[in-house]
Amino acid sequence: MGDGKIRNFHQARWEEPIIYELSHPGERGILVPQAEAEVKSAAGNVLETIPAAMRRSKPPNLPEMAQERVLQHYLRLSQETLGRDLNVDVGQGTCTMKYNPAVNERFVTSTKIADLHPLQDESTVQGVLEIVYRLDLFMRELSGLDRFSFQPGGGSHAIYTMASMVQAYFELRGEANKRDEIITTLFSHPSDAAAPRVKGYKAIILYPDRNGFPDVEALKAAVSDRTAALFITNPEDTGIFNPRIKAFTDIVHGVGGLCCYDQANANGILGITRAKEQGFDMTFFNLHKTFASPHGSGGPASGALGVTEELSKFLPVPLVGYDDRSSRYYLDYDVPHTIGKIKDFYGVIPAIVRAYAWIRSLGPEGLREVARVAVLNNNYLFRNALKIRGLSAPFAEGKHRLEQVRYSWERLTQDTGVSTTDVQRRIADFGTHYWLCHEPWVVPEPFTLEPTESYSKEELDEYIAALKQISSEAYESPDIVKRAPHNSTIGKMEDHSYFEAPEKWALTWRGYHKKYKGYFEPR
Amino acid sequence: MCKIGLIVNPVAGLGGRVGLKGTDGREVVEKARKLGAKSEVPARTVRAIWKLEHLRDQCVVLTYPKTMGEQEVAECGFRVSLVGHLAGKESTAGDTKAAAKEMLKRGVNILVFSGGDGTARDIYESVGTEIVVVGIPAGVKMHSGVFASTPEKAGELAARYLEGKERGVVEAEVMDIDEDAFREGEVQARLYGYLTVPLDRQLVQGKKVATPPSEHAAQQAIAAYVVDVMESGVLYLVGPGTTTRAIMKELGVPYTLLGVDAVRDGKLVGKDLAERDLLKLLGSGPAKLVVSPIGGQGHIFGRGNQQLSPKVIRRVGRENIIVVATQGKLSSLHGKPLLVDTGDGALDQALSGYIRVMTGYREEVIHRVEC
Repeated sequence: MGDGKIRNFHQARWEEPIIYELSHPGERGILVPQAEAEVKSAAGNVLETIPAAMRRSKPPNLPEMAQERVLQHYLRLSQETLGRDLNVDVGQGTCTMKYNPAVNERFVTSTKIADLHPLQDESTVQGVLEIVYRLDLFMRELSGLDRFSFQPGGGSHAIYTMASMVQAYFELRGEANKRDEIITTLFSHPSDAAAPRVKGYKAIILYPDRNGFPDVEALKAAVSDRTAALFITNPEDTGIFNPRIKAFTDIVHGVGGLCCYDQANANGILGITRAKEQGFDMTFFNLHKTFASPHGSGGPASGALGVTEELSKFLPVPLVGYDDRSSRYYLDYDVPHTIGKIKDFYGVIPAIVRAYAWIRSLGPEGLREVARVAVLNNNYLFRNALKIRGLSAPFAEGKHRLEQVRYSWERLTQDTGVSTTDVQRRIADFGTHYWLCHEPWVVPEPFTLEPTESYSKEELDEYIAALKQISSEAYESPDIVKRAPHNSTIGKMEDHSYFEAPEKWALTWRGYHKKYKGYFEPR
Repeated sequence: MCKIGLIVNPVAGLGGRVGLKGTDGREVVEKARKLGAKSEVPARTVRAIWKLEHLRDQCVVLTYPKTMGEQEVAECGFRVSLVGHLAGKESTAGDTKAAAKEMLKRGVNILVFSGGDGTARDIYESVGTEIVVVGIPAGVKMHSGVFASTPEKAGELAARYLEGKERGVVEAEVMDIDEDAFREGEVQARLYGYLTVPLDRQLVQGKKVATPPSEHAAQQAIAAYVVDVMESGVLYLVGPGTTTRAIMKELGVPYTLLGVDAVRDGKLVGKDLAERDLLKLLGSGPAKLVVSPIGGQGHIFGRGNQQLSPKVIRRVGRENIIVVATQGKLSSLHGKPLLVDTGDGALDQALSGYIRVMTGYREEVIHRVEC
């Protein structure tokens, strides 16, 4: 086991009120100087130019505070967070919280990008169109597919878009009414089942085989002339790569279905294996996960969606094209069977620019190195984690994982009564965190770690040391873990039963109205 | 002042240690004693009650005399109120039932009992799902979902519920087996009913208990889906369980929680049917069978629904079997297959393989079935 040292961590706890509680009537920041008389007379009565219905009758309800106190308030709140750049963030399995090079922020915040307007004439945005066009070419290389759209605003949106294209494909063939089933696996991302259902598909979910691998016999039992498509993740959320993936896509093609690949997290296979060779007709990458654009609460998402030549006629519009004769990039609306627009404009430009810069900085060998190091890091963490008392990794036991692992504290819980949610709170006392897993918990007392390529051996050792320490505490003095966290800005909530009574809570005022008027009370 | 009901079955578990497969009935108790069996029930009960110690000043324990609870309560120093008398010299199932009824009448906040499946059954017969119950595991057979995994955990769970730290409750299955058949080496479990138990997030071994609202919503989604795909003119036989109950509720027809009911074109055509009734009703028209795994082991046939006999299943046909289960329930199998045990080996073989399980609205799982 590594010789990691545990950090003596204590988080700031400011007990900061919400900003409206800090407001005092009459307190203010700087006063904006009045305009000069000349300016005023030249501008005339500006308010008059705004239609009466759009003018405020009362000033907005903003807190009244001095500038310095506003700064203090937000600095304090920022100290109560545990962001990606602050901790050894290997605990967000499936989500690839890798390092997002700070230099890329220079590009996206430069006026060349930040001041663009999405409705500008094509002739004035040639540079950004060129970046989109070139990123499409890179994505083609990485996937083996033939054309990419950057319209989807995230992974689930990309899955939804793939389902829309599956539907358009079968509508054109006159089979849309009959083919109403999509097939996915239990350990694929839940959105692979959920998003196609929004399009009206029935989701057929395959449970793993006895060895924890995707069950090819179950797939054979599932396919029929009602199968529209396969929507799967590979490697799965357990970190297990499906060694029979080509058999999977062949079986689905054999009944006339399409194969859609969820590569939101492609961190373990960049440059190693591609959608084309696995037999997929469509795929998508999350630029905000795999391609080093910040995500979650940290930044906007982008799903880069690619298809084969045959399916490119269904892509959403506009695509970005290049005209040899005029040497101009242009927005291409000439897509014969397009599913139309799925989002405004032509993509989330900051995410596209960061991904482009990241790929350019690494090159083909660098991308392959990313995958190799991510897998190496993960298996180092995996082998050391398995030495910790009470910890296991069910399914495909004894096999390697790719970029992540779904672990279980089942034994720890049985031995000590300490559950994975207790450990989750306790690990906050070591200045880090972990995520459990999607529902339902097929792996008992689960948590999912994914170290990515970003972390050093020392950092992984530190994380392992924290897990080991918590395991020892669970066996020796479990109350320390059960009552955690102790050094964090947050505390344990003893009674959470209200959260399980949906009629008793709402996250926002608007949500309250929506929920109550729609669900608990008649509209 | 909160009221804790306590019922101890002093002979529970006696049979197990001396190789008898249960302790139901006076003869077995005597045989067990002759073989040298000593009751571990008092000690197990005390271990559970100690976990409620911090509530001693705020609670009174309602119980029955002597070995049915009084002596354990006294040992732990709780205030005690006796609510009845033993009918004879030795405590019997009749005393358990009478005690449970009395506690229901007196409005206990929670009823803690010590025993096995037989005791759970007696309590179920008296209180149904009207009060919240926790089982201290002390019997030979404990197939029911009402028992905590250890006596201490039973006590902790009762305490969490009384303190308001755990407000959620779930309906847990009361299972028991035919003891005569069991002593002959045959396992035939039956579903007798459901008891209301506190939602056990921390204490149940190795499984994630779906929260009551999410489990309820999942059952409703399944019910809506089944009702949506029901075909006109087809007879639907609806087996026992809480998931299948949701279907009958969705249809707005009366139902039997533990029996098999029949509907056609949205109307009830038979209630709590035995094998003979089912065969008669099936006649030669089109029919489908809706079943749900019962009893935590994943049985879809052969546990809790024996009236769905090999004859009935063959008549309906494998392709017309609709299996329903929430994903929470399937995930509690931890990758184990669904099981069939109809008593007809050839039929069990034919039912094995892969089957579709409806798990939500327009959501199905392909699951292995083995015998």
